[in-house]
Amino acid sequence: MATAIEKCVHCGFCLAACPTYSLLGEEMDSPRGRIYLMKNVLEDKLPAEEAQPYIDRCLGCMACVPACPSGVAYGDLLVGYRALQEKERARPPLDALARKMMIETLPYPRRFRLAAAAGKIGAALAPALPDAFASMLSLLPDRLPPPRPLPAVLPAQGDRRGKVALMLGCVQQALAPEIAYAAAHTLAANGVEAQIPQAQGCCGSILLHIGAAEQAQQIARRNLEAIPSDVDAIITTAAGCGSGIKDYALLFKGEPDQDRAADFAHKAMDFSAYLAELGLREARGFDSEVRIVYQDACHLLHAQGHEAEPRKLLASIPNLRLLNIADAGMCCGSAGTYNIDQPKIAAELARRKVESILAVEPDMVVSGNIGCMAQLRQQLKSSGNPLPVMHIAELLWQAHQR
Amino acid sequence: MMNSAFFTALEKICPAERILTRDAQLLPYESDALTAFHLKPGAVVLPESEAEIIDTVRLCHEMAVPFVARGSGTSLSGGSLPIPDGLVIALNRLNRIKKLDPEQRIAVVEPGVVNLHITQAAAPYGLYYAPDPSSQSICTIGGNIAFNSGGAHCLKYGMTSNHVLGMKVVLADGALTQFGCESVEGVGIGPDLVGLFVGSEGLFGIALEITLRLMPQPELYRTVLAAYDDLGRAGDAVSMVVASGLLPGAMEIMDRLAIKAAEASVAAGYPDAEALLIVELEGEAPQVQAEFEQLRGIIEDSGAFELRVANSEEERDRIWKGRKGAFSAVGRLSPDYIVQDGVVPRSRLGEALLAIGALKRQYGLDVANVFHAGDGNLHPLILYDGREPGALERAEELAGEILALCVSLGGSITGEHGIGMEKREYLPAMFSEEEIDIMQALRRAIDPKEIANRGKMFPGGEAPALKQQGMHPLEKQGIISRE
Repeated sequence: MATAIEKCVHCGFCLAACPTYSLLGEEMDSPRGRIYLMKNVLEDKLPAEEAQPYIDRCLGCMACVPACPSGVAYGDLLVGYRALQEKERARPPLDALARKMMIETLPYPRRFRLAAAAGKIGAALAPALPDAFASMLSLLPDRLPPPRPLPAVLPAQGDRRGKVALMLGCVQQALAPEIAYAAAHTLAANGVEAQIPQAQGCCGSILLHIGAAEQAQQIARRNLEAIPSDVDAIITTAAGCGSGIKDYALLFKGEPDQDRAADFAHKAMDFSAYLAELGLREARGFDSEVRIVYQDACHLLHAQGHEAEPRKLLASIPNLRLLNIADAGMCCGSAGTYNIDQPKIAAELARRKVESILAVEPDMVVSGNIGCMAQLRQQLKSSGNPLPVMHIAELLWQAHQR
Repeated sequence: MMNSAFFTALEKICPAERILTRDAQLLPYESDALTAFHLKPGAVVLPESEAEIIDTVRLCHEMAVPFVARGSGTSLSGGSLPIPDGLVIALNRLNRIKKLDPEQRIAVVEPGVVNLHITQAAAPYGLYYAPDPSSQSICTIGGNIAFNSGGAHCLKYGMTSNHVLGMKVVLADGALTQFGCESVEGVGIGPDLVGLFVGSEGLFGIALEITLRLMPQPELYRTVLAAYDDLGRAGDAVSMVVASGLLPGAMEIMDRLAIKAAEASVAAGYPDAEALLIVELEGEAPQVQAEFEQLRGIIEDSGAFELRVANSEEERDRIWKGRKGAFSAVGRLSPDYIVQDGVVPRSRLGEALLAIGALKRQYGLDVANVFHAGDGNLHPLILYDGREPGALERAEELAGEILALCVSLGGSITGEHGIGMEKREYLPAMFSEEEIDIMQALRRAIDPKEIANRGKMFPGGEAPALKQQGMHPLEKQGIISRE
């Protein structure tokens, strides 16, 4: 942590990339300011609870990381700091309850389905609940979709061009099982054998994001056991899972599982990046022009550096026109549990994002991350423009079936 | 002073939630981009309207409370360092482009507007805002005005002062006034008061509404990268280009250490060299083409061992990204550094670089050079480790010697970063006592209580808190260690 802090030369280049700074225009809500606050807390010059509101407001979108010329590892700093503070932190009772619910339900698809069903019943109470609960409820769909079971192995069609393990995701598997379904079948159709180990679980990054490091490690260890090692890549279809798994080496640093975790992290690859590298086997597309906005998920763009790959994939679909939007790299406000923790800022970021999307008049929005999709779907609906919002795997699968 | 009466009055101007007084809110405002100095302000206020700024300045004048106007805090001379028991007026929320008139080629903006946002807003009309400090992605027009900011392309187009047509200003004593107007011609009436205000380092007041000149985008850029095995030779190449009568848009030099930092930061793909010269030609296509042939001849004669030309917009961007991020990228090589900003006549560039090389050996400190060679504006970055006792003092002494060298060669102690807090003791090296007295008299005529950015530019005044030396407290306890 100290290295990350001392590398910061306070030049301010990060401010331009930071969503909360662009919204609030105050130094405490900038990456540079937060680093300075963390430094003062760690040096015992500032009580942690005074700094906490500003650290809490960080989306963890990582836009500041590629923007930093000095190479400050802000992500490692934030995760480390949050984990350290979480141990000592007393939260107001309602906050603590909401948080416990998140920790206990989000990573577990079955529990999450149950909670979601209960949430639906609770929706009637929403107006009477505090903000944090209201936003949790508003994110849930009216009803959960039926599960889309996948076999343990989906064989490659035609000549085998690769062999991968597919991570199913946790919340995603409950809210949108069609994403993993589309991803697996698109891979198979493109000659890639998809292994879908049934013993896998949540990747743990949603827990790491909110500073619950121990629970994250337990969950991650299960994946180290469950995923076979003889695959070319471990495919993720959610941006946060991908970057979370890439942090496994850090999560297990100094532990017996360190090497195994590093191998695992090294193999993790986003669905779009893997397919873009492999190349689509045949380009099937739309009969007439479809105008599409590709929404960059922060954890794909900033944390994993995938700007070109998804665009390359989309560009290879006939009759698909890719549109550029203003401030494409700005977070939509979804950011893991952020729209639960910081509903007001999340809502304003979503409003801005949808404004720049609508400005280019698309027919459809495509993203590589379910969190962004839920956020945009809701905001598009409330702005009176309920455009279809699709995962890139779903779009490719749909195009393939034509 | 900042007593309870002051805060009561301030709360009538700005709602309490926009007046920051808690430690966690004030600490992040302690420093700008020169972290060798840090001072906690008495309070920070975040105005959201012109009226709020005016009333705040009037209140400060009435109650003799010193204030600093602050933009994005990217000053490299400590220009926006807070004043003890003073107010920081943070202008970031006044970030509207109020008018953009492509026919008149002007933009009317608030002080908190980010430099690059103006170019972005003007781009659809084929226009842009020319001054391009390396921090252009975040620095604000208010700060650009205070320090008459330059940038790589001011070689051809001039500094900020050449691009401000007019402004509405609240002076430090609360008087509201207008300098200049909305057209290039109108500025000619009477003395150039815009010119007086631009570069006054926040000592005269706050610009509230600024009319900027926009320029048509060049039809063609030709960006050339020449590699040398000797820094002095790259410096001499600049003199040769200038002597030939060519006026490129920009001419920049980076030395080996700066190249290394930039490579580590953005992988610009620079050649392995002792020095790189970046020359950018811009303008109408036939002219640029002819100039390019001439430039190529000069560079070949200057002893470059490699010459590259950017073939696409991406290649050009990558060259500039490495250059513009080079200062901060030095953070990868050294825990601390001081950036200097001296100027030498361009004909003596090679000589100056040799002398700096000798000084750095004498002091046993690393110096990275990355600078606007075309106008002789040096930016030596003196690398040191603040945890090593005496290192900062040694670095500052070396910095002082470099400034003295610049003055002795017929140059100046600052090209664009300003005097600020950092170089105020060096002002007498440039100006006589009488000259400084005239400046002071002018300042007092506008700001009799000396409340605007008190303690900056002029020698003396309260001593700032220098950066704490020694090991990090957690390091002392053995909790953390450095890689």
